[in-house]
Amino acid sequence: MKTIKNMSSVATLHHEDVHGSHDAHHEHHHHETFISKYVFSQDHKMISKQFLVTGIIWAIIGGLFSVIFRLQLGYPESTFPWLEDLLGHWAEGGKLKPEFYYALVTMHGTILVFFVLTAGLSGTFANFLIPLQIGARDMASPFLNMLSYWFFFLASTIMFASLFVQTGPASGGWTIYPPLSALGDASSGSKIGMDLWLVSMSMFIVSSLLGGLNYITTILNMRTKGMSMTRLPLTIWALFFTAVLGVLSFPVLLSGAILLLFDRNLGTSFYLSDIFIAGKILPNEGGSAILFQHLFWFLGHPEVYIIILPAMGMASEILATNSRKPIFGYMAMVGSLFAIAILAFLVWAHHMFVTGLNPFLGSAFVLLTLLIAVPSAIKVFNWITTLWRGNIRFTPAMLFSIGFVSMFISGGLTGIFLGNSSLDLHLHDTYFIIAHFHIVMGVSGVFGMLAGVYHWYPKMFGRYMNNTMAYIHFWVTTIGAYLIFWPMHYEGLAGMPRRYYDYSNWESFKMFGGLNEFISFVAMVVFAVQLLFVFNFFYSMFKGRKVTDTNPWKSNTLEWTTPINPGHGNWPGEIPEVHRGAYDYAKDGHDFIPQNVPVGEDETKH
Amino acid sequence: MVIFQIAKASEYVSVLKGEEKTRKQNNRINAFFLLGFLVFGLIGAWYCNDLYYGKTLFPQGSASIEGEKIDEMMWITIIITGVVFIITQVLLFWFSFKYQEEDNRKAFYFPHNNKLELLWTTVPAIFLTVLVVFGLKFWFKITGDAPKNSIVVEVTGHQFAWEFRYPGADQVLGKKDYKLTTAQNNLGVDFNDPASLDDIHVNTTMHIPVGIPVKMVIHSQDVIHDVGLPHFRLKMDAVPGIPTTQWFTPKITTAEMRAKTGNPDFVYEIACDQLCGPSHYAMKGVIIVETMEEYKKWLAEQKPAYFTIFPDKAPKPVITDSTVKTTAQVLIKNN
Repeated sequence: MKTIKNMSSVATLHHEDVHGSHDAHHEHHHHETFISKYVFSQDHKMISKQFLVTGIIWAIIGGLFSVIFRLQLGYPESTFPWLEDLLGHWAEGGKLKPEFYYALVTMHGTILVFFVLTAGLSGTFANFLIPLQIGARDMASPFLNMLSYWFFFLASTIMFASLFVQTGPASGGWTIYPPLSALGDASSGSKIGMDLWLVSMSMFIVSSLLGGLNYITTILNMRTKGMSMTRLPLTIWALFFTAVLGVLSFPVLLSGAILLLFDRNLGTSFYLSDIFIAGKILPNEGGSAILFQHLFWFLGHPEVYIIILPAMGMASEILATNSRKPIFGYMAMVGSLFAIAILAFLVWAHHMFVTGLNPFLGSAFVLLTLLIAVPSAIKVFNWITTLWRGNIRFTPAMLFSIGFVSMFISGGLTGIFLGNSSLDLHLHDTYFIIAHFHIVMGVSGVFGMLAGVYHWYPKMFGRYMNNTMAYIHFWVTTIGAYLIFWPMHYEGLAGMPRRYYDYSNWESFKMFGGLNEFISFVAMVVFAVQLLFVFNFFYSMFKGRKVTDTNPWKSNTLEWTTPINPGHGNWPGEIPEVHRGAYDYAKDGHDFIPQNVPVGEDETKH
Repeated sequence: MVIFQIAKASEYVSVLKGEEKTRKQNNRINAFFLLGFLVFGLIGAWYCNDLYYGKTLFPQGSASIEGEKIDEMMWITIIITGVVFIITQVLLFWFSFKYQEEDNRKAFYFPHNNKLELLWTTVPAIFLTVLVVFGLKFWFKITGDAPKNSIVVEVTGHQFAWEFRYPGADQVLGKKDYKLTTAQNNLGVDFNDPASLDDIHVNTTMHIPVGIPVKMVIHSQDVIHDVGLPHFRLKMDAVPGIPTTQWFTPKITTAEMRAKTGNPDFVYEIACDQLCGPSHYAMKGVIIVETMEEYKKWLAEQKPAYFTIFPDKAPKPVITDSTVKTTAQVLIKNN
């Protein structure tokens, strides 16, 4: 009770502090209604929680879709009557129809890549950490920030609605290559479901741009006194480059999506030429289906770094804090993030080696693609060296960060296969690529996100999550993820194509039936244990152990100098001044020295 | 529910025992698990290899000469990345275990070291250069122009099947225009072009001779498909409006491969490798690689598509020796 009272007086105090200058609106801000606090909130912390909860809901839906299509892959001969109850005519007699199998695959990819690992990951942590870690009261424009969430909400609503249309949601894969996605005659998912997909994604891009511009502006302009760019925590650097990538590449996808809407609805021929389908000769001539792939992957490749960079930043922060050591090679870490961000724009055509791309052009993309392995290697070795001679605490966040590094290594190395065009000829669109990007982008991205949730949960909700459930969650997820994706490399080396509904009629691929069943079984177990996490997340919000220490992880960054439950404006009094970088752990015999502590007279320089 | 009860109980126990003590105990358990994960993970990877290596395409080898290069490149990459994988994973988990929190341990202040960082910038760069050089050498060889003596076969994909067109005796494929496509003339061939009159059309199954390069000219009639040839280690998209090409030299006949794999049902399958609609998974073609004699015999038995599409133009007299040459002669007479 006492703490709560304290909190509210703190909140009032800070409001006066922030808004004292404009007296006319002063009264107005004191009475926060339910709507202004939880719905149309302009507090970056609340917006971040909105992104996180929406992301979690989408993750459950997207994960459930993968379980349903894994049922088909693992048990192609069986029928599941309950599927008909759930999906109606899409699973008549308890057997999934191919049309809906492809819809599930498409939606799984779209949801996980964009709605969970872009909005749910960057949206959550950029919003939450940027003002708190740079020492700002809120984002540069809280209003645009609020709009960013609500555009995401609008995109979510449209995408969710598309699941229920008569002809089914988009089913051309998350990459929606035309002409398949352009012609309603090519697939039932290319009818109204595809239009809804494109409109939803356009809203999503608006959301992403509003958020990204805000993040960049805030980081560049609103750092507290003493917070030079080279004193920023690596999370902020990572979120900064992520925002830059998004702002420069998402508009290209928007243009691609709009041209596709034109081709679909206005009779243009940007992507269409020489087509005979469903007994009809189409009049479109002169378009290029490959043009769309260039536009798509010009976003699509930076997109995978939009997912992985925040995870890298958070893992760096968590590894250093829990090793009780400075992150090894801070400048090299920033430099490698920068190099990755630049190269991310120069490698898109490695997704297109087998489209008939000019081989010489392909060779340039091979070189640039494999170059990315250099900054990635620097990061991996720096993380490992950060652990070396540390004094490591295995909090759930730390375990997920170590898991992240392990996954990033495993998935990153297979990228060296696929980035080499001659090997891509064999491995392209097989299960090898499924294994590669699920490990390096999917699982790593999710691990980074989970590490972030476990680490900053006390700051978000003033309570701890249950540790035992967290440890079970970590171990089952890690072991399960390797059991699912490791053997898929072998299927890929057998040439087994991705996006097949059934392999039993193929002489070349039918021998993996037993393995597919095993993978499906493990996928269900891993999905179930994610529900345990979701339970832990919501349960702890109300019943978790209360945080009593403002700095539970003994961390250096500024968010831990705020009260346990910071109000809108973050710091009740003055914003702290920064005197040092974020990684002064184990320095001069001190376990840690927070960034707001002035440099002592006898302190060594480094 | 059970897990929840256990988790809840353990939280109470930890309060009773003292949180700091429980935290340290959990720390030791997790450190030990991390080490165990490394050991069992590596054993698991070995076991997985044991189970599934035999099912990959490595043991039967590449069925094309160009694919051998890809297999060679694959092995170079597997070895380099395999070594890096083992070193980094072992260090990651070993350090985690070894430097777990202990009361008397002090973390070592080690913010950076330029020599180390230079080391792990240059060493990966050198290895990657090796991979790029080898990779591109093979890439240019495989994507270069097809040899002069290549047999040309046109491959056309549509939802959800493959069609093949052979140029016939004149060795020239007739012109096509997609606007001429009808139910009978399903490839939209322009029969005003004399070169098209002797072209042979077949669906689903493509015959090619062993040891001679085959150049495929690849088309699509509707959406993007992909000619996936896992046994030959090749792939090329079929894009509407933009023909692509791909050539390879088959080196093992279907019959030899059946003997080699011990599978009497073995066939070279063409798997569509680009999502093309609801029946994508069933878009199958077959390649029969046979000896030159068998191939010639098969080709001689095929009737030009012109006669199938326009049966009234077909030569009336029964031709006993229906070789390609005589067909051509009949055509000249008809015109």
